[in-house]
Amino acid sequence: MDDIDRRKFLKLGILSSTGILVGSLYAFSTRGVKKDFRTYDDLLKYDWGFIVDTTRCIGCGSCVRACKVENNVPDTFFRTWVERFEINKNEAVRVDSPNGALESFKENNFSADVVKAFFVPKLCNHCYNSACTQVCPVGASFHSPDGVVLIDKDHCVGCGYCVQACPYGCRYIDTEKGTADKCTLCYHRIQHGELPACVNACPRNARIFGNLKDPKSAIRKILHQRRYGLLKAELGTNPKCYYIGLDLEVK
Amino acid sequence: MESFNGFVFPNELHITWTVMIVLYPYITGMVAGAFIVSSFYHVFGMEKLKPIAKYALVSSFAFLCFATVPLLNHLGRPERAFNILITPNFNSAMSGFGFVYMTYMVIVVLEIWFSYREEFVNRYNNSQGILKFIYGILILRNSNVNENTRKYDKKLIVILGGIGIPVACILHGYVGFLFGSIKANLWWSTPLMFIIFIFSAIVSGLAVLIFLYLFVHWKRKIKINQDSIDLMAKWLWGFMIIAVTLELMELLSISYERTEKWAVLQQLIGGKLKISYVYLQIGLFSIVPFLLLSITTLWKNININLKNFLIWLSSGMLLLQVLFMRWNVVIGGQLVSKSMRGFTEYFPGVYDKEGLIVSFLLIIIPFILLRAFDKVFPFFEKKSISN
Repeated sequence: MDDIDRRKFLKLGILSSTGILVGSLYAFSTRGVKKDFRTYDDLLKYDWGFIVDTTRCIGCGSCVRACKVENNVPDTFFRTWVERFEINKNEAVRVDSPNGALESFKENNFSADVVKAFFVPKLCNHCYNSACTQVCPVGASFHSPDGVVLIDKDHCVGCGYCVQACPYGCRYIDTEKGTADKCTLCYHRIQHGELPACVNACPRNARIFGNLKDPKSAIRKILHQRRYGLLKAELGTNPKCYYIGLDLEVK
Repeated sequence: MESFNGFVFPNELHITWTVMIVLYPYITGMVAGAFIVSSFYHVFGMEKLKPIAKYALVSSFAFLCFATVPLLNHLGRPERAFNILITPNFNSAMSGFGFVYMTYMVIVVLEIWFSYREEFVNRYNNSQGILKFIYGILILRNSNVNENTRKYDKKLIVILGGIGIPVACILHGYVGFLFGSIKANLWWSTPLMFIIFIFSAIVSGLAVLIFLYLFVHWKRKIKINQDSIDLMAKWLWGFMIIAVTLELMELLSISYERTEKWAVLQQLIGGKLKISYVYLQIGLFSIVPFLLLSITTLWKNININLKNFLIWLSSGMLLLQVLFMRWNVVIGGQLVSKSMRGFTEYFPGVYDKEGLIVSFLLIIIPFILLRAFDKVFPFFEKKSISN
């Protein structure tokens, strides 16, 4: 009886450990893992857009910090930043963005008599007719099938022409890598269905991100409900970043 | 409504295009200008310019050899420079650069080769050993020189010069277009930009040729070909009038339209560019040479030595005028914030990779090359003053 039990036990042990081994090999093999990369046709179902609700922004600078950490943005360069507009009773306008609002805003511009003040977060507008991709001499700047303006950093020569062409000051030459750089809408995150870091970090939902091709998406609903403006619409770049409550003073 | 003047987008604190990009149009301007001057003789048959035609052509080549160096020094990834030829994006104004540059290079080299062929053959015949071998390669082992070959060489020079003029205009006009087509930049964005660039190129080409010609002739005490110099000075006078007028007319129309653009640009002109644009480029280096050249061109009885000195002086000043023009365009445009609310600062460091010493060297090197070329193949007639 003991012998049979021992045999049974050993048999069971060998079988189950083989099973675990084979099973784990199968489980951890790459074969079964769903690929992150969507096919070209899948990507065509998306057109990523962005809303900035300037009426909600409180200028805390969380988005700027989140972006810097997420994307290793070098010091004194910005993929996103927050501008502060203050208008006093003499109708004087003051704008500032100390270090891109990385440390938020500490001091007031006007000591008193501010009659109107608001914050405007800025980032790459991912324009439909982007001037930056038009001028790139080597084709390193391009539109992804899902509507994001990206840079192929293995191909960019760092001529800086795109930096000149962007009307919004959203691009810069990364002095370490010698190539152009800008907001990618956190392309590495949105591929996995996550939100861009700045959207994730915003405590006031002032940044809304979504698929413009999906009629049921929140971004489309908001665009249908609210009135919005575009930055420098007269230049014909057709930006895809919509600003709710955009003031005349914002350029 | 009063508005506060100090806001620039955070990324704009860095100037992207440095003094290197000032030098590039400056040097190509001299390339295109000098070539067009050489074509006055080669193509249009102005006999008076014969003594300087070869010298103009070789100067164009010397500058051309170094025109891309400031660009390469500026590129973030210079090792990828050839991407512009391998994967050009033809929507970009910049992508044609490599092709235009190479076409022009081929034309200039061929034209120089045809105009020096006879001299190469003579040297081949009179040399021995390794030199003979080198000259042999240079003339492609064809030492025939007779009436027929001369006629053929000349014909090809005319054809090459004829093609070369539009290509030189494209080479430089296109640099102007590169700036003029940037709608994001208030100071650059104008369809006139490339026309202004072409005319200022001819001005700088003429000016550098005159300046160097007179300097070398005084230094070596050889006879100055007065006809050539007079004609060149006249052309210089004419072209500088067109170049400066175009630029001022453009400014006038912007100012008269009184759009938002002018509201910003007048602060630029009256502020950051006051010294380099108003006082130096327009005031000192345009008006003074204009007056001096008016004197040398219109006053017949002027003393020859004084006349040549004034021509030399004004050509030197016009060289600086064009340099300031390039600076004011390239740097001036970048000083204006795209927020329309302020201006940024820029001045190159002395020892930087893209600083003043490097810039100075880049301007000097083509002249050294020219001097070396002159040592091997003298391009000035050697008549001493006593003859």
